[in-house]
Amino acid sequence: MNESSRLKTTLLGIPMKSPVMTSSGTFGFGEEFADFLNLDELGGVFVKGTTLLPRRGNDGVRIAETPAGMLNCIGLENPGVDVFLNETLPRIAKYNMNIFVNISGGSAEEYGILAEKLDVDGVAGIELNVSCPNVKDGGIIFGTDPKAAASVVREAKKHTSKPVILKLSPNVTDITEIAKACEDAGADALSLINTLMGMAIDIKTWKPVLGNITGGLSGPCVKPVALRLVWQTAQAVNIPIIGQGGISTAADAIEFFLAGASAVSVGTANFVDPYATTKIIQGLDDYLEKNNLSNISELVGKLKMD
Amino acid sequence: MALPKIAVDASVIINEQVSEDVFRLELLCPEIAAYSKPGMFVQVRVDKGMLLLRRPFGIADVKDKSITVFYRVLGEGTKALTSVKSGDLLNVLGPLGNGFKTDAKRPLLVGGGMGLAPLLYLARFYQGKADILMGGRNKQEIFWEEYFRPYANNIFITTDDGSVGTKGFTTSLLPQLLTDTKYDLVAVCGPGIMMQLISDIAAKYDVPCQVSLEKRMACGLGACLSCAVDTKDGQRKKVCKDGPVFWAEEVQI
Ligand SMILES: Cc1cc2nc3c(=O)[nH]c(=O)nc-3n(C[C@H](O)[C@H](O)[C@H](O)COP(=O)(O)OP(=O)(O)OC[C@H]3O[C@@H](n4cnc5c(N)ncnc54)[C@H](O)[C@@H]3O)c2cc1C
Ligand SMILES: Cc1cc2nc3c(=O)[nH]c(=O)nc-3n(C[C@H](O)[C@H](O)[C@H](O)COP(=O)(O)O)c2cc1C
Ligand code: FES
Repeated sequence: MNESSRLKTTLLGIPMKSPVMTSSGTFGFGEEFADFLNLDELGGVFVKGTTLLPRRGNDGVRIAETPAGMLNCIGLENPGVDVFLNETLPRIAKYNMNIFVNISGGSAEEYGILAEKLDVDGVAGIELNVSCPNVKDGGIIFGTDPKAAASVVREAKKHTSKPVILKLSPNVTDITEIAKACEDAGADALSLINTLMGMAIDIKTWKPVLGNITGGLSGPCVKPVALRLVWQTAQAVNIPIIGQGGISTAADAIEFFLAGASAVSVGTANFVDPYATTKIIQGLDDYLEKNNLSNISELVGKLKMD
Repeated sequence: MALPKIAVDASVIINEQVSEDVFRLELLCPEIAAYSKPGMFVQVRVDKGMLLLRRPFGIADVKDKSITVFYRVLGEGTKALTSVKSGDLLNVLGPLGNGFKTDAKRPLLVGGGMGLAPLLYLARFYQGKADILMGGRNKQEIFWEEYFRPYANNIFITTDDGSVGTKGFTTSLLPQLLTDTKYDLVAVCGPGIMMQLISDIAAKYDVPCQVSLEKRMACGLGACLSCAVDTKDGQRKKVCKDGPVFWAEEVQI
């Protein structure tokens, strides 16, 4: 277990052993990875996208491997917020994780209702998913329009005492515009990026590989794009950024800190190596030690432009 | 209680071609071998080029410290696996999922193609008690017989072209077998359509039937929901965690 003070972070008023988190939809409810790491070493676990009512998700093939990445169109399959609150949350309480609940709604009001329901002990914060490319209702339509995104933030803030994080979509022309609108609306932090919309075609059958035709691209191949967006967003806002997209190693994570992220989150890499986050935490600590830095915060936004 | 899972660098004991497009891969990984049960699987990392996701393979045999898988060369990942040599390291995640029923009195194991791989370990578990019904397109695809021979009671063979055993499909032979012998379990693994038909026949003869499903997987741990399967009652389950072995009446095959 890593108890180094070099990685201690306080984000959104929450003390964390490290600024390394895990991304929604890639880490289940955390418990699935309990055999591999001490979950409380993580800064937080963003649990699977949760909706008001249970969702079955999409039909047909849900993932496809692509060069150094993958596409997914899970479609927010989840048991619904009530099952999460009554069954899942009590069950995972024993892991002492900072649990962030990623929520999706069909209207701004629905985000508000979800935020209110989740304003309970055991939930560290709420992440507003306005950027899921795989569902028709809700999701991405709120993430591509600054006004709509801001209204979702306001509605959530009104109904919860928990920190509210807005998850930004990369599938927009100017991410900073939406980032600023959400900051103005009261978002406590931003997380980015969600997946990039993509597709794959089977050349034997001439059909789309994915059941949903299109899906969200993630993994190492998206890292340069994610890094650029984090850097641009960091220039535009003053609230903390949780950087993600293709992070597999400590070196990847360091790039995101330098670009301006206050914390990083690991997604697809957990599939490749269930110990990925532990290795990143160790690697970050080694890097700080080698560079005589006493805390990870000394890296944040320190990109040199000369 | 879920068994402990682990991801380890396993040393390759042997990676040998056993038929035109099938390889047998034996891996030294005592931690995984210790908890493996018939029907469970592993996720093998193929660390080559731009490949990312692990590849799932059924556990086909377990010795003290090693596990064996059989893989068919299909796409990039399995192609890359063929060049792995004895002594190389492969990262293996497992053991994953839930296995077959192992306390039947008179089991019949039905396999087609690569579906025979997990059944091999199941046959060995039953120590000569299990009958095997295997199907393939032709004689080459029935190379499995020599692997099953030491562990099986009766072996029944069908081939599409009649080059060995009975001409036809496993489904053509099954009704006769279920009439002649009072089996208390049919365990089937193979192409979806075959499992569907076999389980329909088993149901008709009132013999409990287990199927082993395949879906594309990312995590293998129940975390990503890539591998969802429809259940008969309109819900969804995860093949990697709730399966890959299910009772036939539970799932939409
Ligand atoms: C639980 C389980 C057990 C399996 N056991 C065996 C076994 O014992 N022997 C064997 O030869 N094969 C087995 N398979 C199928 C095997 O995983 C695929 O053939 C293999 O992943 C193909 O990889 P590729 O890179 O060669 O093919 P590609 O087509 O290049 O693979 C692209 C992607 O699709 C996935 N994929 C392709 N075909 C399948 C498939 N049929 N099922 C699941 N994922 C697929 C790959 O894992 C990869 O993510 C099993 C699958 C599952 C789910
Ligand atoms: C299988 C899968 C499921 C996902 N589900 C969600 C989700 O429910 N909600 C969400 O906000 N993001 C979801 N994401 C996006 C990730 O949280 C993350 O933002 C993205 O994958 C980029 O990070 P990565 O490249 O490290 O995976 C999902 C990603 C994957 C691969
Ligand atoms: S493969 Fe991730 S849930 Fe089954």
